Amino acid sequence: MQEVKIAIRELACRRGDRLLFRGLSMDLNAGQAVQVAGGNGIGKSSLLRIVAGLAPAFAGTVERAGAIGLVDERPALDPTRSLGDALAFWQAIDGTAPDEARAALERLGLADLTDVPVRYLSTGQKKRAALARLIGQNAPLWLLDEPLNGLDVHAVALTETIVREHCAGGGIALVASHQPFALPGLRSLALADYAA
Amino acid sequence: MSGRVASLLKRDLARLLLGGRGGGALMPVLFFLSVAMLYPFAVGPDAPLLARTGGGVIWVAALLAAILPLDRLVEPDIEQGQFDQWALRGISEELVIAVRVLAHWLSFGPPLMLATLPAAALLGLEAKTLRIVELGLLAGTPGLAALGVTVAALTAGLRGGAALAGLLVIPMAVPILIFGAGSLAIGGESGLALTGAASLVLLAIAPFAGGAAVRAARG
Repeated sequence: MQEVKIAIRELACRRGDRLLFRGLSMDLNAGQAVQVAGGNGIGKSSLLRIVAGLAPAFAGTVERAGAIGLVDERPALDPTRSLGDALAFWQAIDGTAPDEARAALERLGLADLTDVPVRYLSTGQKKRAALARLIGQNAPLWLLDEPLNGLDVHAVALTETIVREHCAGGGIALVASHQPFALPGLRSLALADYAA
Repeated sequence: MSGRVASLLKRDLARLLLGGRGGGALMPVLFFLSVAMLYPFAVGPDAPLLARTGGGVIWVAALLAAILPLDRLVEPDIEQGQFDQWALRGISEELVIAVRVLAHWLSFGPPLMLATLPAAALLGLEAKTLRIVELGLLAGTPGLAALGVTVAALTAGLRGGAALAGLLVIPMAVPILIFGAGSLAIGGESGLALTGAASLVLLAIAPFAGGAAVRAARG
């Protein structure tokens, strides 16, 4: 397996006129997981977007080795298309094997919903669909922004299991959540310690 | 790579051509036909006048019809996070916008050219005029599509973006309209070439301007 890592050095983030955090350094190597904790508005999502390369860092650097998979509050699935079609689009883009895609759907309890337009799905079902997209992407670096929002107890446990398997397989997970996330060996990063 | 382009184009066509909210390609065509139908009611059944001015009306109607789908061209994909997911997979905004221009043109250009046939009958256009109108639309609608996607990307995420997009497209479409409708005048056939030239310029700019606009909107 190729090298996977995330190396964050002296990172600072600014939103508008406010400096959210600064001096953040962290290393994530294969198999490791970190939960970014902190209250609303402290910069958890901004940190994930900077690590993903979708937002510029105000100062500092982020080094990445490996492809990035991101799940945030937007499922990136066309609301008017059926769940099956919407996911099939990403499977074609990501080159997901059909067996693997079907297995992910069954595991996440979505197999019966493939004919339902995405806009009729509940918040939790959309979240599961985003997870199915993430699994199909086969990316070693997972950035999960509030992955447990809207999930029921069963789905929370399932998500934790999926992330555990991902890390056991040599992947990296960076989880931003204000809810407890059960994962053996999960390090916690209190973003409040770096608040500017 | 080509597989990804095919996937993007397939998805864009499913959204723009076949419908979803906004009625797909059907709405602009019906709008276009109703404008062409209203015009004789407004100016009266004066056949020579209709035949003389009808070509210009078709051009204005085509321009207005091209504005209708602007708000669903780019903004939903920014809102739902598709552009972020593409960026993570190394699919550039420029590529997505270029594919979108093609899909947008396919979903309104050829349908409008087909709808021009009944519209020309309503306005009593001669066969020769109709031929030049159709050639002009063939040369001009790709430019309108490029312009529409670019402006849709520029105004995505702005308050009142849809209305603003329409206002911005109209002045920028003036060259295409002048050359396209101007080709109908006696001895104005060279206008077709200029319409095509204006289209090519817009097509060349669109992916880069639109891609930069999408990145800027990401913030």
